Amino acid sequence: MSGTSASEYICKCTSACAGCSSSLILRHVLKAAGPDTVLVVPACCTSVLQGVWPNTSFNIPVYNVAFAAAAAVASGMAAAFETLGKNTNVIAYAGDGGTVDIGIQALSGALERETNFLYICYDNEAYGNTGMQRSGSTPLGARTTTTPGGKTHVKKDLDRIIAAHHLPYMATACSAYPQDLVKKVKKALSIKGPKFMHILAPCPPGWRYDASQTIEVGKMAVKTGIWAMYEREYDTLTLSGPTKAAMIKPAPLEDYLKMQGRFSGMSEEKVRMVQGEVERNLRLLKAEAEGTC
Amino acid sequence: MLTLSTGNNAVAAAVRQANPAVVAAYPITPQTEIVEQIANYVTNGSLKSKYIPVESEHSAMAACIGASITGVRTFTATSSHGLLYMHEMVNWAAGARLPIVMANVNRALGPGWNVWAEHTDALQARDTGWLQVYVSTVQEAYDATLMAFRIAEDRRVYLPVMVNLDGFTLSHISQQLDESPVSDFIPPMILDHAISTDAPMGYGCMTSSADYFRIRYDIERSMRDSVQVIRETEDAFASKFGRKYSWTEDYRCDDAQVLILSMGTLGKEAEVAVDILRSEGIKAGSMRVRWIRPFPEPDLRDRELVVIDRNYSFGFGGILASSIRAKTGKECYNVIAGLGGQEVTFNDIAGFVRERRIGEESWFGVDA
Amino acid sequence: MYEIRLHSRGGQGGVTAAKLMALASFRDGKYATAAPFYGAERRGAPIVSFIRIDDKPIKIYSQIHNPDLVVVLDPSILDLVNVFEGLKPDGKVLINAPGVPKQAEKYDVQHVDLTGIALKLNLVVAGSPILNTPVIGALAKMGLFSRESAAAAIQETFSDERNLDAALMAYEELV
Ligand SMILES: Cc1ncc(C[n+]2csc(CCOP(=O)(O)OP(=O)(O)O)c2C)c(N)n1
Ligand code: SF4
Ligand SMILES: [Mg+2]
Repeated sequence: MSGTSASEYICKCTSACAGCSSSLILRHVLKAAGPDTVLVVPACCTSVLQGVWPNTSFNIPVYNVAFAAAAAVASGMAAAFETLGKNTNVIAYAGDGGTVDIGIQALSGALERETNFLYICYDNEAYGNTGMQRSGSTPLGARTTTTPGGKTHVKKDLDRIIAAHHLPYMATACSAYPQDLVKKVKKALSIKGPKFMHILAPCPPGWRYDASQTIEVGKMAVKTGIWAMYEREYDTLTLSGPTKAAMIKPAPLEDYLKMQGRFSGMSEEKVRMVQGEVERNLRLLKAEAEGTC
Repeated sequence: MLTLSTGNNAVAAAVRQANPAVVAAYPITPQTEIVEQIANYVTNGSLKSKYIPVESEHSAMAACIGASITGVRTFTATSSHGLLYMHEMVNWAAGARLPIVMANVNRALGPGWNVWAEHTDALQARDTGWLQVYVSTVQEAYDATLMAFRIAEDRRVYLPVMVNLDGFTLSHISQQLDESPVSDFIPPMILDHAISTDAPMGYGCMTSSADYFRIRYDIERSMRDSVQVIRETEDAFASKFGRKYSWTEDYRCDDAQVLILSMGTLGKEAEVAVDILRSEGIKAGSMRVRWIRPFPEPDLRDRELVVIDRNYSFGFGGILASSIRAKTGKECYNVIAGLGGQEVTFNDIAGFVRERRIGEESWFGVDA
Repeated sequence: MYEIRLHSRGGQGGVTAAKLMALASFRDGKYATAAPFYGAERRGAPIVSFIRIDDKPIKIYSQIHNPDLVVVLDPSILDLVNVFEGLKPDGKVLINAPGVPKQAEKYDVQHVDLTGIALKLNLVVAGSPILNTPVIGALAKMGLFSRESAAAAIQETFSDERNLDAALMAYEELV
């Protein structure tokens, strides 16, 4: 692929499931970041897919840490590297549960204190590590092991919470658009201060689709507009190409929902509610990008 | 009705019988199945509880506290790091005299990540004012959870109870379960200090040293009174359901010259070791310690003691061994074994007894 | 006490098979335990479950090192793991395969094509043939528990009739 490094920082021996987009994302993130990078990982699928000591499938240093602690540990590490005169990238790589649920307090604190780090939330919309329970990031209607009848609450709007911290850089991305993702990671790491990325990570066992469909599912999320991709530099919002296209001619939401077993049996009312949320979000983003809000 | 159940599902089944008004819980391996099963019950309507899918364990215990102080029955379950993360509220629940019941699926503590059995998680909470019981079979997990509600909610106690079961070893094993319906075994919960607009009061206010001190003493008095309540409850349970529990589960102790003391599933494995040792002419017995808080006064007499600790207090020793030493003044051979899910077989346990060196400590498999 | 070690791959239903074995023994009036052994390994990796059957309550929680019977749900595991390790001298082996694999020849082995049975009945979930119910039929034929108890365990657990059909087919086909 053009524009990405040939070096690999994750070996092919991870214990991720077939079709895992989270590990694909991480592969691209590390290629973009290069070897002078330390990864801080709270409890999540990424803690498991490294393998069992003394083996590890990564060849950059990884600091595994408690579930709620990633952003705070990264704060300390970033401050320490600064005193040591090192420019090492500190990247926290956390799941949606570790970000929107148990980890949000530490994240908000680290962003407010202008910690010089990149925080990446890979969003598989549930607790993968423990076998797919609901998280605050699970969308309305999705079945998980703790929402066997479909989730009754809407997905937490993480990005607007983060945006309220007025960061020099934040971006959303999706595993199905790796070039866009790599560009955003590089840009984030070129900026000093707190940076945040939220990356959609379709998950075959959790979302219940065949592993071979993993790219298609990600693309469809963007084409339907249920996942919007953009960058925000302080108050300036720039929509990414695929999302602009989706705003002009969105694919039907049902096409995305139908691909995944987790939405099977979802009521029409819930589908309409999600549709309404998608439209509202795109409308707001569009108005903001055009400077009309 | 006899069914086949895992330890986790037995706990969930007991919770369904107890029918708490509010369950607030957060998933963590190896407890997750309890949370999932309760979510299933609530979704299929077989449990009427309000289930709050909180965003962390600190909030799980906090939500239970908020619910319990209104006078309703509450339940949560956790394990390992979850218990550690809720530690502040664990203390709060006891200090606020709330009869919350929690299942803790015992698991090792990171780093490094390890999801297998160890008792250090719960034992780190032993000074919080919670009653703690450790179980060894699927049936006992069910029975102890049921009894926990009745004990906690007894006016003479009004303290929370933690039911501990070994991660994976017991939480994930399938054994038979007699899911006896409780009917009136657990009386309706009445909390004398429930919050109510009918009698406005301040709770947890700034408190002077003298009053604070008295409140602490009150907790200890209830802890001591709980001894009687536990005994009564276990006796009532035995006469109703025919299954007898006590402070310790004693196996061939009467004429024993050497006693194996342990907790959880190791206590069952120890009974097999006792039979082997007896066939070799060593008069062994097994005493499985069930309650750690309140702590029993075990009948140890002049027997030699081999204490197995699946836990450790760094810089001091195995916690069960230290407790027994402190309570009885007796020395023992303390074997630290099974941390992080290390396999300990009945043959290993028989070996501990054969090689006992009273007064010493040994770390099984690593200090050779 | 009769001790069984069951080898499968994650996702093949080995854990459920172990539970069904315990349930069937239990319906025979015996005591039984089924313990899956989870390693922190990759998904789809070989896993083992331990089943114990006895006339008395079972007090042992540790792993089974000297099984009376080894059951292999996926013959490809034979290349990765020595499934026969510790097998008692008079111990038996049951393998899901159309014939006896070479590695198993020197043991007291029986085989049945559980995969073939599942496919024949279209007993397939998410692309994988269901092996956990047919294997119960084969084990009943080997005398581990009665045919009636095997059927009871399956019917208590599954509503799809094909599960019982598969077990009965395996019962007939075991060689
Ligand atoms: C304090 C604490 N509570 C619970 C857990 C159990 N736990 C580990 S990872 C995890 C879920 C992680 O979900 P997410 O952050 O979305 O990452 P994913 O597993 O989906 O990659 C949970 C609940 C824990 N390790 N620590
Ligand atoms: S559960 Fe999902 S996120 Fe976790 S390793 Fe598997 S595919 Fe990846
Ligand atoms: Mg997740």
